[in-house]
Amino acid sequence: MDRTGAQIIWECLLREGVETVFGYPGGAILPTYDAMTEYPIRHVLVRHEQSAVHMADGFARASGRTGVVVATSGPGATNLVTGLATAMLDSIPLVAITGQVGSGLLGTDAFQEVDITGITLPITKHNYLVTRAQDIAPAIREAFAVASSGRPGPVLVDITKDAQQGRATLDWEGAAPTRHLRHIPPSPAEVDLDRALVMINAAKRPVILAGHGIQLSGARAEVLALAELAQIPFAETLLGLGAVPASHALSLGMMGMHGESWVNQAIQEADLLIALGMRFDDRVTGRLKEYAPNALKIHVDIDASEINKLVPVDVPLGGDLKQVLQALLPSVKAADHTPWLERIRSWRGDSAVRDIKNLPDDGHLYAAHVMHDLWKITKGEAVVVTDVGQHQMWEAQYYHHDGERSLITSGGAGTMGFALPAAIGAKLARPEAEVWVVAGDGGFQMTFAELMTAVQEGVKVNIAIINNGYLGMVRQWQALFYEGRYAATPILSPDFVKLAGAFGIHGERVEKRSDLEAAVARARQQPGTALIEFKVEQEDAVYPMVAAGAALHDMIRRPSPSPIAETGADPV
Amino acid sequence: MSHVLVIYTDDEPGVLTRVAMLFRRRGFNIHSLTVGPTEQVHVSRMTVVVDTDEATARRAVEHLRKLVNVLEVQQLGHGRNVVRDLALLRVSTAQGRSEVLQLVQVFRANVVDIADDSVVIECTGSLGKIEALVDSLRPFGILELGRTGAVAMARGLRSEASNRLAAAAVVAPGSTGAMSV
Ligand SMILES: Cc1ncc(C[n+]2csc(CCOP(=O)(O)OP(=O)(O)O)c2C)c(N)n1
Ligand SMILES: [Mg+2]
Repeated sequence: MDRTGAQIIWECLLREGVETVFGYPGGAILPTYDAMTEYPIRHVLVRHEQSAVHMADGFARASGRTGVVVATSGPGATNLVTGLATAMLDSIPLVAITGQVGSGLLGTDAFQEVDITGITLPITKHNYLVTRAQDIAPAIREAFAVASSGRPGPVLVDITKDAQQGRATLDWEGAAPTRHLRHIPPSPAEVDLDRALVMINAAKRPVILAGHGIQLSGARAEVLALAELAQIPFAETLLGLGAVPASHALSLGMMGMHGESWVNQAIQEADLLIALGMRFDDRVTGRLKEYAPNALKIHVDIDASEINKLVPVDVPLGGDLKQVLQALLPSVKAADHTPWLERIRSWRGDSAVRDIKNLPDDGHLYAAHVMHDLWKITKGEAVVVTDVGQHQMWEAQYYHHDGERSLITSGGAGTMGFALPAAIGAKLARPEAEVWVVAGDGGFQMTFAELMTAVQEGVKVNIAIINNGYLGMVRQWQALFYEGRYAATPILSPDFVKLAGAFGIHGERVEKRSDLEAAVARARQQPGTALIEFKVEQEDAVYPMVAAGAALHDMIRRPSPSPIAETGADPV
Repeated sequence: MSHVLVIYTDDEPGVLTRVAMLFRRRGFNIHSLTVGPTEQVHVSRMTVVVDTDEATARRAVEHLRKLVNVLEVQQLGHGRNVVRDLALLRVSTAQGRSEVLQLVQVFRANVVDIADDSVVIECTGSLGKIEALVDSLRPFGILELGRTGAVAMARGLRSEASNRLAAAAVVAPGSTGAMSV
């Protein structure tokens, strides 16, 4: 059957199992929008194309399925850039389809012509410029295959207007992709597996570094089996939170710049690090020269170019994490590391006394309290989507994620403005989930226009704005490293309650910890999106902190409080 | 230390950009890069000489393997390959043509054009040979120099890589109208 290129686009999306796309129309993509109504695919109209990518990204992170974005040429396409970079750095499968000027006009600086394949080359896993209707299906099929295979990532397909308008026969079978299979991740060499086993079975002070790859590979059960069998504690990267359960007895907590001190100390004193689907980002290693100096290192990653990139490893295990662990597990010996676990526990006790959570209620509202209480009230079962800044770190420290895909956050890029749109995408992917946005007053102001998208689409998310009157994370750096010169970090906000009113959603303000629970309950009961502004302590800082470029054990600690309310109050 | 990488790619527009971009972005230093067709339709072959340590060269290979249009990457072992560069030199003959011609003979190069006051010399050989010729001719006055960059091939049997390549080659969706830019 002969179809237009536009119809082929939708037909392909349908056959790829797509139910929802996020987009914004315009001239060069108009033929595709015109054909859309014939297909049972939900289109979410965003308020800015960057948010369309974040929504598709949140959708993908919440569900594991590939997110889809549609935008027009020129400014529509360039607005995708930040979203694509965000997805690229966090290995999120996306397919973005952009309209392009007619093929005859390519290269002439025609109206709304930009070289989007050129621009996005380094921030996509791959991209295509399609100029003929018959080439659309192969490009889209391959785009989906590339986006979701191996180490996932975003793929962009730029389709000229004449290709959308032209006619072709859809040859679905003939368009089956193969190129994504060219470099199937290697299986690790037998000898490397054997060497890893020797190290694991001989270790006295082992630590597992649990990364995002556990989620991407679906290897949670295998990781826990390894940890439990050999009694190996695990530390999580930011994106590894939720990939393994925080409440597990062997879970240490988050590592890195704002990781708990006992976690970083455990890494520094370990004799074996087993890195699972993580990439030794500078935010988790601190100064490389002094990183885990006594540890042998085993690194499992599906992306061989990540191995030995920053940290030289003793055993490289390139391959799919789940498969690698399945190969290792039968030969891992049961072990008992009680002395090591006891030692880590003693460090932990020392930290609990500094924990802000254990401070008495002095009438001020602390963001950490908000996170802690939110965790308790939602029983840790919400999907929390965070923005970027101090609130993001407090969420990571005080909301303990047990469930897989329960924390959605921009890790590698640290993109402010991510939370609200990503949360809308997450809710559309998992309508049954309770979704919370945790955003700062700064980041929320970057993309709050998407509140209207939530209203128009009837999407319910709950929003906690942590309003400290500052671009808090930057202010913290200014306080610590720039002698308190707060250049361009004080930030005014609109009246968020009135703002909520303008969007026709529920909004309220909380200034005391004692009012928190009731406000959260009211927000949860709202049928639609609800917003709570938490007016928190303005100049609080995230502790502990490893300064950029400092060694991982060289931590700035929260000044020891007095009086101490309680110690080690919470086991987690 | 220079390393020779041979990269087989789909023959489609823009692949060169992707490869060059990768080297730029990851900070790998390219000494030379050549590209041309191969014995198979739809397959191009690049020879890239990089100046870097062994670990970085290996990382470059792993990064290249992630490009969708890359079929195969070989890192040639040292000493076990043929590396050839071609140079064209316009050399002044003001100080005596015969001495220049003598050198051309010694280096088994060819004179491909003769003008009143200069000659154009063509020389093919290893990087070292070309460098030596250039050094020897410099005192006469090199008016113009152009080099192709290295093309390389492993010695001995057809490599495992190119056998695998033959199996992997497909007509890419981009090879006609859909360009992978
Ligand atoms: C798009 C973008 N611009 C700038 C930054 C740099 N940055 C990181 S955190 C931060 C402050 C965030 O302020 P806010 O949203 O109020 O959160 P807080 O740190 O106060 O919790 C800034 C400006 C960024 N991460 N992303
Ligand atoms: Mg703030």
